[in-house]
Formats: sequence, structure tokens, C-alpha cells
Amino acid sequence: MTASHRFRILVAKPGLDGHDRGAKIVARALRDAGMEVIYTGIRQTPESIVSAALQEDVHAIGLSILSGAHNQLFLRIMELLKKEGLKDRLLVFAGGIIPKEDTPELTKMGIAVVFGPGTPTKVIVEYLKQALKEKFQEG
Amino acid sequence: MLNIKKLDEIKKRKKEWENNKLNPLLEKYPERLTEFVTTSSSQVNRLYTPLNLGGSDYLTDIGFPGEFPYTRGVQPTMYRGRLWTMRQYAGYGTAEETNNRFKLLLEQGQTGLSVAFDLPTQIGYDSDHPLALGEVGKVGVAIDTLKDMETLFDGIPLDKVSTSMTINAPASVLLTMYIAVAEKQGISQNKLAGTIQNDILKEYSARGTYIFPPRSSMRLITDVFEYCSKWNQMPRWNTISISGYHMREAGCTAIQEVAFTLANAIAYVEAALKKGIELDTFARRLSFFWCAHNDFFEEIAKFRAARRLWARIMKERFNAKNPRSWQMRFHTQTAGQSLTAQQPENNIVRVAIQALTAACGGTQSLHTNSMDEALALPSEKAAQIALKTQQIIAHESGVALTIDPLAGSYYVETMTDEIERRAMEYIEKIDEIGGAVVAVERGFIQKEIHESAYRYQKEIEYKKRIIVGVNEFIIGEQPDIEILRVDPEVEKVQLARLVRIKKERDNLKVQETLKQIEKISNSDENLMPAIVDAVKAYATLGEICDVLRDVFGEYIAPDVF
Repeated sequence: MTASHRFRILVAKPGLDGHDRGAKIVARALRDAGMEVIYTGIRQTPESIVSAALQEDVHAIGLSILSGAHNQLFLRIMELLKKEGLKDRLLVFAGGIIPKEDTPELTKMGIAVVFGPGTPTKVIVEYLKQALKEKFQEG
Repeated sequence: MLNIKKLDEIKKRKKEWENNKLNPLLEKYPERLTEFVTTSSSQVNRLYTPLNLGGSDYLTDIGFPGEFPYTRGVQPTMYRGRLWTMRQYAGYGTAEETNNRFKLLLEQGQTGLSVAFDLPTQIGYDSDHPLALGEVGKVGVAIDTLKDMETLFDGIPLDKVSTSMTINAPASVLLTMYIAVAEKQGISQNKLAGTIQNDILKEYSARGTYIFPPRSSMRLITDVFEYCSKWNQMPRWNTISISGYHMREAGCTAIQEVAFTLANAIAYVEAALKKGIELDTFARRLSFFWCAHNDFFEEIAKFRAARRLWARIMKERFNAKNPRSWQMRFHTQTAGQSLTAQQPENNIVRVAIQALTAACGGTQSLHTNSMDEALALPSEKAAQIALKTQQIIAHESGVALTIDPLAGSYYVETMTDEIERRAMEYIEKIDEIGGAVVAVERGFIQKEIHESAYRYQKEIEYKKRIIVGVNEFIIGEQPDIEILRVDPEVEKVQLARLVRIKKERDNLKVQETLKQIEKISNSDENLMPAIVDAVKAYATLGEICDVLRDVFGEYIAPDVF
């Protein structure tokens, strides 16, 4: 892709919790930073998230969850991405209420980074710009 | 309130003070900020004096506790008569585990119960539903059938405690389960005291556990009003807890919290009147639920303003005759969103300040958050500290010694007036849109909340707002406190129990009762009796909600992002 091409990001809320203050703020900050953002809305199944990622042909998926169901749901999402041949073609990042001792397990699944509560949006924006550039423009 | 001559004198002296004292100093030493704003971004003046209260009248605007407009509180003695109810929201895992936590909290001096249900229960799915994967018992207790509810309250005499249940879309199902458990304990429903949240409008605008479209949901809610209040089945039961809490948590300001909540309340009152329930039979059983945030004076002013505005709305807009219909009784919870994952022990202090605002604001019951809630569900130790915080405020701080201690503060009274005025402007705007139901359907309230949340975040990122440990006074170390983890076995245990109950119950009877629910839901009749029958036959929550889904359909959120 060319440098002028905009990165497309899917911000998704798996699981049943309705706490989307964080997801919407991150989505808006990414959009303000010039990325194209699709927000799924709350209560998405792993299947619907992966199908949206496929359909929208995104470069990254941001998963936000606060209910504590992340271990099971993220695993399912990563399995489905693999099945669709997407797992290595896009970047998956996460945020919400996720205990730090769960991070190694999530990293092993293929989640690139987990942002904890209080992370400034500019940290997320900078991270994504850098990581996506490395993945799609220099690779 | 003072005579004109006195006010003129104060005005003159203030001018002199500005010219002679203040301005020379400001020239040499400017203030540390160019503008001072509250947590809700309202401007704050340097100084408040009697001049700010020029238009206010003590007897009509402030008055006495237990009298209209209730600015100073709903009871004549407030905490000198009885302290607020210390009611900690709790629940996780299986019904046995939560039952144990309840008993522990009661032993430690908690005076009321508050049930947290897991998300599948809140959205009307059984634990074996595909969408329940990973969610069973996580943010609350899993309830599939009456059997789970029996276990949840085992050994807790329901005529001796008051119970609050945070359940909305399927509220009538959980309420009937509670009634059935009481019946098994030999306690009739008219003796039960407690609250069911039953507030669907804020689910659409902020919290997210809706099932059915708004108009069908409003019918379910007013069925509960009719059953409990008009038919007088549960005269001591609060039929709804109209909640600003979740909208505030989602990011709105204190003024918006008051405005959107009272706009929702107006919608419920109108729906009940339309159903033919007489105002004074249900209005006194409407209760409210507020957030207590960090900004000490703003929050106290908010509680006072909300109480006064509601009294005026009920008396002047709806012509309620019974003074109890004018009284806003409310529960308060400290602001979960204000807690930081960084330096979590600092949260104990935040919670204490927030809880103090609720006590100064005249709350009827209070939940104090645990310091670890930005990380996980509360551990036992953190939950204990949270409860102790309330006990210290009640017994050691002195705020419970007198009524409405901040009344008469030039600042607090001015802010009380301003919050009331600006909330009323919002309510008028929502009236113009067509009321809260239409405002929600159009995404108006959702958009307003999101705008405020985004502004707040930007203020933190640009350091216009300092959050200790987050954007200033940062210490490098990571939090290292013990957190509660829900045993993954919970899901298996719960699924096995569900299989067993479906085998043991009279399935023909279940089918019959479900058919009856289907029939009634297609009519205008009250659904409560049919739900009572289904629950007693051990129909599952999911089965009952599926019947209603087929008839009412499901809500699809508007795209407001």
C-alpha cells in the first residue's frame, strides 16, 4: 500500500458488557488522527467481529471488554481469524479491565498489545501508527 | 434574602476589595490557572457572597427538611433519626458463593442487600446460551431459574432485610422469583421491602443491557408499577430506581446526569398515567440512583438541586397531591469511572471524598466502591475497606450530626440554583424532541454523553485536569494488589445445574405457563401474574425472555458514533 492510503481500524466490543465509553473514545481519537474507523457497537460475537473485519478489509482490530470474559472470547476470535487466514494479515490490540497477569496468555494467542485503564489516547494512536507502518509499509 | 440596602453595601465593599486588595495582587501574582472549572467543566468564580443569592428565597427555595421543595432532605430528622442504609452491591460466581458473601456483609454490619447479576442474566439469556460464553458468573451471580434464587437467599430471612436488585430488561422475571422465594420462606409479598432497578431508558443511552424495543419495555415497567402499587401487592417495594449513575459513568456531566434522569422519570410517569394508574398511587414508590463523583461541592449541590427540581416537577407539572409523591428518595454509588488502575490504594481516598458528598447530600442509601475496581471485581479485603469507609463517615466524621450541613454556603447554594436551572433547560429541550423515549431512539442522549466523555478525556490528556497517578505524580511501579478471580469451574457447575433442573421439573407445566405469557403479552393485560406462574414452574429466565422476544422483537441500537 502507499503512504497516502488510510489505515482502516475495526473497534469492536465482544461479550455482553455495555461499557463502551472507552471504545468510543479510542475510536474517535483514531479517527481524529486520520484513520478510518468502523465501530461495531456493543455485544458482538467473535463470529460477527471476524466477519466485519473480513468485510471491511481492516488493518487492525481493537477489542474492548470490561466483563472479564476476555480469555475465552479473545481465544475464539483469534482462532476464527486464523481460520479465515487473517491472523497474520492484521494487527489485534486490546483494552478494558484486563488483569496484567492475563497479558502473557493473550500475547501468546497473538494479541499484539493490551492497553490498561488510564492509557492516553495519544499513546494508542502513536503505537498504531508505528506498528501499522512497520507491518504494512516496510514489511 | 437580605434587604436591598445591605446588598448595595456588600456590592460597594466588594468593588472596593477588588480595586484595593485583589487587583494589585493579581498584577503581581496571577492566579495559577486562567479558568477554574468543576469536574463537570462548569466555571467556578473566585468568591461567592450574598450577592450571588440575590434572587433566592429561603422559604420557597430552601425551606425545611421533610417539607417542599425538599432541598434540605426528605425527612425531618435525616441521619439523626436513622443513618443511611449501607448497601454494598455484590455478586459473583454461583448462587452459593454470593449467598456466602451476603452473609459475610450482613455480619459485618451492612444493613441492606444489593444483588449484582451476571450479564447473561441481565440480558435474559440462560447460562447455556452461546452468547453467555465466558460471561457466566463474571460480573455478578448467574440466575437461570427459581432454584438459583432459592440458593441465593438461603438462610436470609427476607422480611428482615431490604434487597435491591440491579436488573432492568427482565426485571419482572427476577422480581417474581424474589416473591416466590419469600413465599417458600413463609413470607407474604406485601411484607417485602426493597428496590428493583427496572429502568430501561438509561440502558439504551448508557448501560447497554436492553433486550426489547423501548415501547414494549415501557409496558413491562408499568406492569410492575401496576402490580406492586396499584394492586397493592407490594406496598413497601420501590418499583423502579431511575438512574443517573450509569449515564454519569458513561461520561456525562453532573447537570446532564440530573437532566437526563429526570427526563427519563417524566417518561415513566407519563407512561404509567397513560396506562391508567393514578399518580399518587405509584409516584411515592419511584426511587432514584445517583453517582457521587470527586468534585465535593458540585456533587452536594447536585443532590440538592435534583431533589428540589423533582419536587417541583411532581407538584407543578403533574399536580401530584400527596407530599410523598414530591419526595425524591435516592441511592448513591461512588464513581467507579473515577478510580484509577495506577496506584490503586489512592482510590480509598477518592471513595471517601465521594461518599462524604453523598452523606452531605442526604442520600437514603450508599454503595462505596472498592479500591481495586479499575482492575477486577472487589477482593474480600477491598470490599471490607469500602464498607468501613462508610462506617467511619457515619460515626466519626460528624457529617451525620446535623441536617444538610452545607446549606447556606454561598457557593453551594449558588451552584444548587445553577444546576437546577441548567438541568431544566435540558429537560425543556428533551420535551421539544418529544420526550426521553424519542430522544433515546434518535440517539440524542447518547451523543450528548459521548461528547462530554470525549471532552473530559482530552482535558486529562492536555493536563487541563490532573488525575493523581495517571497524568501527574506518576510512580513507575505497577500495582501489585491481590484481585478476585472468578473460578472458571463456575460455568460448568451452573450448566450442570441447568440440565438437572430441566430434567426434574414438570415440562408440560412449563410449556403451559410459557404459552400463557405469550398470550398475555399479545394483549394489554398485566404480565406479572403469568410470569409468577412460569417462574414457580421453574421455567428458565431465558425461556421466558425468548417468548417475549418473539412477541416484542429485539432492540437494535442506532449508530451514534
